[in-house]
Amino acid sequence: MFAYYARLAVRSFRRNKVLTALMVLAIALGIGASMTTLTVFHVLSGDPIPDKSDRLFYVQLDSDGRSGYVPGEEPTEQLTRFDGEALLREARAERQALMTGGGGTIEPDGSTLQPFSIDARWTSADFFPMFNVPMQYGRPWTRADDEARARVVVISKVLNEKLYQGANSVGKDLRMDGQSFRIVGVMQDWRPEPHFYDLTVGTFGTREDLLLPVSTSFAMNLGNNGDMNCFGEPPKGENSHSLNAPCRWLQYWAEMDPGKADDYRRYLENYSSQQREAGRFERPPNVRLRSVMEWLDVNGAVPNDVRLQLWLALGFLGVCLVNTVGLLLAKFLRRSGEIGVRRALGASRGQIFLQCLVEAGAVGVVGGVLGIGLALLGLFAVRQQPVSYAKLAHLDGSMLLLAIGLTLLASIAAGFLPAWRAMQVTPAIQLKSQ
Amino acid sequence: MDIRPILSTLRRHKTAAALIVLEIALTCAIVCNALFLVSQRVEKISMPSGIAENELVVVRVSGIGKQTNAMSRTREDLASLRAIPGVTAATIVSQLPFNGSSSSSSIQRQPEQDAPTTNASTYLMSEAGIDTLGVKLIAGRDFLPDEYRDYAATANAGSQSTAIPVIFTRATAAKMDPEGNALGKTYYMGNQPLHVIGVVEALSTPNGWGDNWTGSMLLPLRRTYDEGGFYMLRTSPERRAEVLKAAVAALERNDPNRLLRDNRLFEDQRRDFFKNDRAMVGLLTTVCVALLVVTALGIVGLASFWVQQRSRQIGIRRALGATRGQILRYFQTENFLLATLGIVLGMLAAYAINLALMNLYALPRMPLLYLPVGAVLLWVLGQIAVFGPARRAAAVPPAVATRGS
Repeated sequence: MFAYYARLAVRSFRRNKVLTALMVLAIALGIGASMTTLTVFHVLSGDPIPDKSDRLFYVQLDSDGRSGYVPGEEPTEQLTRFDGEALLREARAERQALMTGGGGTIEPDGSTLQPFSIDARWTSADFFPMFNVPMQYGRPWTRADDEARARVVVISKVLNEKLYQGANSVGKDLRMDGQSFRIVGVMQDWRPEPHFYDLTVGTFGTREDLLLPVSTSFAMNLGNNGDMNCFGEPPKGENSHSLNAPCRWLQYWAEMDPGKADDYRRYLENYSSQQREAGRFERPPNVRLRSVMEWLDVNGAVPNDVRLQLWLALGFLGVCLVNTVGLLLAKFLRRSGEIGVRRALGASRGQIFLQCLVEAGAVGVVGGVLGIGLALLGLFAVRQQPVSYAKLAHLDGSMLLLAIGLTLLASIAAGFLPAWRAMQVTPAIQLKSQ
Repeated sequence: MDIRPILSTLRRHKTAAALIVLEIALTCAIVCNALFLVSQRVEKISMPSGIAENELVVVRVSGIGKQTNAMSRTREDLASLRAIPGVTAATIVSQLPFNGSSSSSSIQRQPEQDAPTTNASTYLMSEAGIDTLGVKLIAGRDFLPDEYRDYAATANAGSQSTAIPVIFTRATAAKMDPEGNALGKTYYMGNQPLHVIGVVEALSTPNGWGDNWTGSMLLPLRRTYDEGGFYMLRTSPERRAEVLKAAVAALERNDPNRLLRDNRLFEDQRRDFFKNDRAMVGLLTTVCVALLVVTALGIVGLASFWVQQRSRQIGIRRALGATRGQILRYFQTENFLLATLGIVLGMLAAYAINLALMNLYALPRMPLLYLPVGAVLLWVLGQIAVFGPARRAAAVPPAVATRGS
């Protein structure tokens, strides 16, 4: 039966090659555009650290001056050095890390390499276990190194390959900005996307080649890359990176059981109250504690352009579907005579319906397969675009499943109405008009 | 042309007619909004910077390790850059329009003020800054030679009671004094007084931070190459490549142990900065074209079906004396009616989509002008699409009426 319907469908396609090609093309374009944008959206809205994204929390305090205070307003994103160091010292969460983006110029010794600049991160020892950083050689530095302000660094696999051809470089000395640092560890390839732990240095496509203790960076006055927001002047003779500077430029993450988040929030409020009593804070306690996905959501990690493109593509798919419904309807009704004969010869309405649906389904499946091909082409085009997330645009298994589902749904949706109308053709009128 | 017979025919083909109307409505709604988005982006891409873009080249270097006398090296650099043949002016500025990072300060009318009056992007520049950038002074004067200071020394000293001279852009001046009398007044950056000595037409902020593209100010403070300052050179448009090469060579000669961070024409910087917006314009335009093509093909398909289905009636009408022109116009009018209905629905949908986008993505309201543009576009499209099938209908010979089928 099914095979017979399929044969009928093929015969019908042969009779109207142009119309069939048109329908297939419309479905293919719609599916291709939707799958391309859905894939980009899926990749960009993904969880960068699925194992523990609900255990990691971003801390915000309101250390602003009294002027411009609006109750309940979102506190600023980053912490001052004073608050960051205080929270880190008190260490009330299971693990905590203070950090900021940095940069420097590497001076390769004795080789033919020219000096080159890199992006780096100054952070504290818990960073590595908190974010599941995989190590290739050696180990991360320890809390003792933090306290000792040790001149130690962990470098990326890429930097290790560039400087040491991928050999175990643990224990070697690295020169950066005229200073010497000892390598204690080499990371494996590790590049969470989006770059959730610090969005101020770019959301996608950011790579950090070197990590060193934030305490060391304070001691050596290494400055920072990323945002710096000052709400007053640094004390005389000091700069905006000094301990007491009224400048916010550090991020703070805490790891804890999600059930303890309320306790931690109260702790942050208490801390704010104490600071207010001490005269440092001028506003009532106003704190935020957000998990990874909440933090990404609040910051709009998925670019608005990507959302717009997704809507646009879905709208396009809608038009393509309506178009196909119209064309299929025309096609089936054009064959009213033929359907009338079949009905008169004993085919039930259900059989006519099924036959039409098979034909519509065939259009949808061919269109869908072509559409997935177009989506692969579209994603290739996205990867050539000059945007930071370009390299991430790949079709994965779950998106392929979605594509197949979308295709089936689209072809059945497109075929349902025309098949419904076709099965209602009354044989008597058709036979008379012959 | 009598519309009634057309309407009664359409009433018998409700489903097909409804599908065409729906397709036209969707296309109209999407195309109106997409065109509006395109115009927004085009406006952004062509935003004026206020500087002599096609005469400027940018070079930036940084030292390796601590630089001991960056200020004097910067002075030497500027002297050698000015000596390059073809260079009419050179300066070092702290930031540039259409470049990633930006530094800004809040300014207020009184030193002790609850909330700052406005926020201005801060351009620090050395001698000849105004001439090099080519910003246009519309009131007041340029900085005098004895007004320039080293930035580092000024910053270390903290706030001073003596005012620093400042030049505002027209937008900043209007924020500080809406009546237009900012020139000559004294304002405050924290506790530091600023004395407004001039106003320039425009100088765009580096990246529109805080939705501010026009509010900037210029201060006569010299940065060093080591603090991220950009060397800017002005020359004639056709000598830019040559000057850029000579500038890189000159800096290399002054100190070979430095990293070259940037060297480009300012025009390339603008192109680079707006590349995402340009890509979006390309994408939106492509989708619009694809939508219109798909809709046109849909109209062709359905119209052909109707022509074929009604060929006997057409034959009868022809036999009863209808001219070819009347048959042609019948199908054209039918399409016009369907398109009109689709366009009316489409405009409502376009408006609704725009409202949704305003809420979701803080887009501005779409000017009503886009609605008639979309309408005309779809009317024309419908007429073009229906012309082929309609001509085939007109070509149906009257003899068809006498045949059996």
